[in-house]
Amino acid sequence: MFHIYCPYCEELREEEEFHPKGQAHIARPEEPDACNDEEWGDYLFFRDNPRGIHHEMWLHAVGCRKFFNITRNTVSYEILETYKMGEQPTITAEHLAREEKTAREEKTDSAQVAEGGQQTVGASDAAVASIKGAQA
Amino acid sequence: MSNSVHVYDARADHATVTAESPLAYSYQRSGMPAPGEASGEKSRAVIGERAFLGHLILRGGAIVLDEALREVLGIGLPGRPNSLTVDADGQRSVQWLSPDEWLLIVPGDETFGLETRLRAHLGEAHVAIVDVSAGQTLIELSGEAAHEVLMKSTVYDVDPHAFTVGTGVTTLFAKTNVILRRPDESRWELIVRRSFADYVYRWLLDAGEEYGIGVARESRHESQ
Amino acid sequence: MSQSASQPNRLTQGGQVDRTQALTFTFNGRSYTGHPGDTLASALLANGVDLVNRSFKYSRPRGIVAAGAEEPNAVVQLGATEATQVPNVRATQQALYDGLVARSTNGWPDAQRDMMRWIGKLGGPFMPPGFYYKTFMAPASMWMTYEKYIRKTAGLGRSPTQPDPDIYDHMHRHCDLLVVGAGPAGLSAALTAARAGARVLLCDEQETMGGSLLDTRETLDDQPAAQWLKTTLAALAEHDNVTLLPRTTAHGYHDHHFVTLHERRTEHLGDSAPSQAGHRQPRSRLHRVRAGQVILATGAHERPLVYANNDVPGNLLAGAVSTYIRRYGVASGHKLVLSTSNDHAYRAALDWKEAGREVVAIVDARTAPEGDLVAQAKAAGIRVITGSAVLEAKGEQRVSAARVAAIDVDAFKVTGKVETLACDTIASSGGYSPVIHLASHTGARPVWNDAIIGFVPSTVAGVAATGAARGVYPLGEVLADGVEAGANAATTLGFAASVDDATLPRVAARHEGSACALFQVPHEKATLRAPKQFVDLQNDVTAAAIDVATREGFESIEHVKRYTAMGFGTDQGKLGNINGMAVAARCLGQSIPETGTTVFRPNYTPVTFGAIVGRHCRELFDPERYTPMQAWHVARGAEFEDVGQWKRPWYYPRKRADGGLESMEEAVARECRSVREGVGILDASTLGKIDIQGPDAREFLGRIYTNKWQKLAPGRVRYGLMCGDDGMVMDDGTTSCLAENHFLMTTTTGNAAPVLEWLELWHQTEWPELEVYFNSVTDHWATMTVTGPEARKLLTDLTDIDLDREAFKFMDWREGQVAGVPARVFRISFTGELAFEINVQAHYAMHVWEALFARGEAFNLTPYGTETMHVLRAEKGFIIVGQDTDGSVTPEDLGMHWAIGYDKPFPWVGKRALTRSDTRRDGRKQLVGLKPKDPGVVLEEGAQIVFDPNHAIPMPMVGHVTSSYYSPTLESGFALAVVKGGHQRMGESVYLPMADGRVHEAEIVGTQFVDPKGERQHV
Ligand SMILES: [Zn+2]
Repeated sequence: MFHIYCPYCEELREEEEFHPKGQAHIARPEEPDACNDEEWGDYLFFRDNPRGIHHEMWLHAVGCRKFFNITRNTVSYEILETYKMGEQPTITAEHLAREEKTAREEKTDSAQVAEGGQQTVGASDAAVASIKGAQA
Repeated sequence: MSNSVHVYDARADHATVTAESPLAYSYQRSGMPAPGEASGEKSRAVIGERAFLGHLILRGGAIVLDEALREVLGIGLPGRPNSLTVDADGQRSVQWLSPDEWLLIVPGDETFGLETRLRAHLGEAHVAIVDVSAGQTLIELSGEAAHEVLMKSTVYDVDPHAFTVGTGVTTLFAKTNVILRRPDESRWELIVRRSFADYVYRWLLDAGEEYGIGVARESRHESQ
Repeated sequence: MSQSASQPNRLTQGGQVDRTQALTFTFNGRSYTGHPGDTLASALLANGVDLVNRSFKYSRPRGIVAAGAEEPNAVVQLGATEATQVPNVRATQQALYDGLVARSTNGWPDAQRDMMRWIGKLGGPFMPPGFYYKTFMAPASMWMTYEKYIRKTAGLGRSPTQPDPDIYDHMHRHCDLLVVGAGPAGLSAALTAARAGARVLLCDEQETMGGSLLDTRETLDDQPAAQWLKTTLAALAEHDNVTLLPRTTAHGYHDHHFVTLHERRTEHLGDSAPSQAGHRQPRSRLHRVRAGQVILATGAHERPLVYANNDVPGNLLAGAVSTYIRRYGVASGHKLVLSTSNDHAYRAALDWKEAGREVVAIVDARTAPEGDLVAQAKAAGIRVITGSAVLEAKGEQRVSAARVAAIDVDAFKVTGKVETLACDTIASSGGYSPVIHLASHTGARPVWNDAIIGFVPSTVAGVAATGAARGVYPLGEVLADGVEAGANAATTLGFAASVDDATLPRVAARHEGSACALFQVPHEKATLRAPKQFVDLQNDVTAAAIDVATREGFESIEHVKRYTAMGFGTDQGKLGNINGMAVAARCLGQSIPETGTTVFRPNYTPVTFGAIVGRHCRELFDPERYTPMQAWHVARGAEFEDVGQWKRPWYYPRKRADGGLESMEEAVARECRSVREGVGILDASTLGKIDIQGPDAREFLGRIYTNKWQKLAPGRVRYGLMCGDDGMVMDDGTTSCLAENHFLMTTTTGNAAPVLEWLELWHQTEWPELEVYFNSVTDHWATMTVTGPEARKLLTDLTDIDLDREAFKFMDWREGQVAGVPARVFRISFTGELAFEINVQAHYAMHVWEALFARGEAFNLTPYGTETMHVLRAEKGFIIVGQDTDGSVTPEDLGMHWAIGYDKPFPWVGKRALTRSDTRRDGRKQLVGLKPKDPGVVLEEGAQIVFDPNHAIPMPMVGHVTSSYYSPTLESGFALAVVKGGHQRMGESVYLPMADGRVHEAEIVGTQFVDPKGERQHV
């Protein structure tokens, strides 16, 4: 049972008040008619399932009724941050991988690396940056 | 006022039309156990409906709405999320529901006049005002075990030290939603949707049984 | 000390029981007495009841082993009546009350004369792991026969067959700090954090808080520990930021410091919860706790040694022997042999001796034990046999002797001559296992600690183990550890806490010799041939079974667990898991940390269904939503249909001339005819209604609906179809233009909330620039549909609205008074007849409804329900989203090209998908009408359709029936269906093979069966 910080209500609330809405930052193509069937199919049906950092859209359904985003570790279930619709995450898998790399270089004798590491598919800086400008 | 929105006074004359509160059927079906003062054993929780109040939903930007509300009603929007402002005589209140949504509760016969004056003030500003007076009702809960009844019912932290006077939230109540608020030290207010009101009523009687819960009659009818 | 006659093992003094009061209870049909302060287990031991159960798999006699939650054998069925049966109760956790009735869980029909031994015989003297699968699964056809018998005999209790008379509830709690366990560590932690100002919740699973302080031999500040306990509990109670929950087990640790607690509120008082001042009290309560920080002060479980026949009644944990003497005044036998690997267990022998019973010998696996307790035992004249262990217990129904010999622990060998010591009780101790179950629920793997010979919890942010739960055992250190844990938690939470604040009580220093790592005791015979050496008593898992599992190739401890059933079920490996891992490690020739540990799962101990359900049962199982006319519907005897959470009148059966009640068919036929020929009324208040305001409202509607909205004028209404972006129909309804920037959208009853969320989703995530707001007004407006050729006449006298067919056209709406109430009236029709939908504020719904009936008497105004509504709309080919569609149906498939605005400028939701190759292909299933060849046949909804009924099975299925009714107007059955390429197959026959062998034939026709030109709604 998660404890989720709603960026609009500005406090932690119980998971029962929220509905998960799948992967975040899925932008509808600006010109649907310019998409071929495969591109449109990708937009409609294909989602990432990373081990590690995942950006998800949630709805504070029994509360302020606002949609917002959560950066969550799908292994530990830790919620790393929540942010409003149209905002960018400050924590991404790439960002964490960079930090981890730096930490490793500084402390080469420490062999303790997170089990399995983080997967960057679909949760990368690039993927997040590609979201449509209207929401920024 | 713009005529781009249809403003309609759908409140009937309560002198000639029989109005039924959302709990009318519940009183008939589940009864109204009297608060246990008379029987010698004090009810540690008491509920009572304040029916037929005016409930208006305000949508829009905080700044314009706050200005209009101060002008028209003399109270401003609460500045923080999850909070509630009540006017001096306790009859009018405005509660934060979301960053662009507030709930205004006033005496029932003031509803349409208030909407009209607010709209006049707001001019062409992008706002919405929606009358939901008949779509929900307000149930008061008081008594020393009131917060325990709530602990059985809602996931929100209702410890009186944490849920301070002036707090108001939308949260879960059993398997439905509630707007829960605390206008003063002694009272909690539950605003529930009309179609769920019977469920909430039966739940309150059941959850409050161990505290000898009773139903106060006096606050039930505002007019009629 | 002597013994009481009725309770042969009850000591005349000592313990915290009230000997002045007798409580009568029944176990397996026999009556016994005990005292307030007893558990069922202590009372059974006091009465000399050795046999409490038969074992799960081998049906061996079993007795009480432990004194707490870890008890594997004394799992009983509780309940004086059929309605109050509770399975899986540990006798060690059940307080005794007068009138308690309990039975053995296993060993039907009677633990003493049990009929299940034939199964043990069938399996032979050696019943291997996987026995049930291997023996009973072949021949497969016989499994059903075996299963019935095995389940009956080997079940772990049974559920009551009558309704539970008790009530239960839930409580949501929030705290800064949750402390689990009120032993010395938990109490110190809680008090320290409470003094710092934190909101503290302290729970403990036992009848009395105190944990090990309840039976320790040690003193605090030179006083009995009970004195310090009393003072500390009083100090905690004084803090109004502290909540104490005794008899409350933290049984599950979930995400983000969410912990579930099971509070047994009245289980110690009686078979059923007593009422207070006439009010029912919840029997037990589930607390759902959200904590900022959690301290686990859950203590440690003593680990038994694994030796041959270690399951014969009379084999107990050393600590349990002490607890029964010191806390309950019960010595469970007369002649004790203690087998130990550590100093701590010596207190059992000392307590036994002080109780006036004979200690035959202490058998210590260590060659040179040297702690203070060892010295005390020697000084008391107790024989201490070193470098040795109990290899085997003798006796069938009760221990009669212990076979003892010198052993080489490291070589796993018996090295000396066996000596047989006559005794009736064998206490054993292989050290302690920290109770890490809750920490393990977080997913954190336990870490092996060589110093304490046990697993300790690994660190998780916000969760700290303290005291014995993390392997700190000496009392003084435990108290200090608790204070530190409490101070750390408070500091993390932002409270100013200091360790000096708590004045720690003085504990006499004691020298303790180091323990040796002994788990399974070697036997002269190899493990596979030795008498059974039990690792998990509850699941009947032996050392040999683990040996076999490793030989059969199960090397992962998780696989060994599943193959042998070790630590399964309600036991959760409390006593056996570490020993099991040690045995597996030995067999695999590796260390315990290399072997690893299995994961403990919730629940720590069983939680009753009552507590899990709380008050979400019976009438409060799920919300029932009512319209404002509910009382009227009930009074009219309506039958109700569930539509989502709504209760909607389904039909209104009337009395027939013969006095009987109409059947549904009769009622629906009458209601249908009334609407087609006269006038009927439907309570349509459940339809979703969404108020839409804003300058971009019209633009938004154009993007979210498939059809056009640019030209809809105020005063007009339009039907709208909504798709997902996959092009599949998701909802429909009418939307009215109230004013230029103001619309009222209706949705289907079940989709009111999803559609509002859908609008918000698009507005918030894709088009936040559009100036528009959506608000639900579903409950604010009550809706009554007056429909039928006589509808206008009925309304004329009740309203000031001009109802003239030209002034108030089909698909117009008007405002005005209806029965003295301001109303909006919509001229829309879902029946195909002339229809007016009257909307008034819900407060006045009954007033208007009754006024309509008062006036309607002259017109035989007939209330109709959802079934009639379905027939009437289907006759007109009007779809019900979710019935005639299923998420794979496009507007084109429905033949609703007229509702698709392909040329609208904005790429509206669903448009692109309608030109994907899949939505454009031939042979999609399309909505058509079906006319059965036999008019008396009403096709089954869901029935599959084929083109060729003579095709070999499996026949290609080409569609299915979505709606099917009998039409009183057509005097025939009729249906809507989706059929592959159906729009091109008008007039063709299709076939519906039924399960009973009949094959119905039907003709594909258009979807409009009645008034296909749609003239009647325009009259
Ligand atoms: Zn929120």
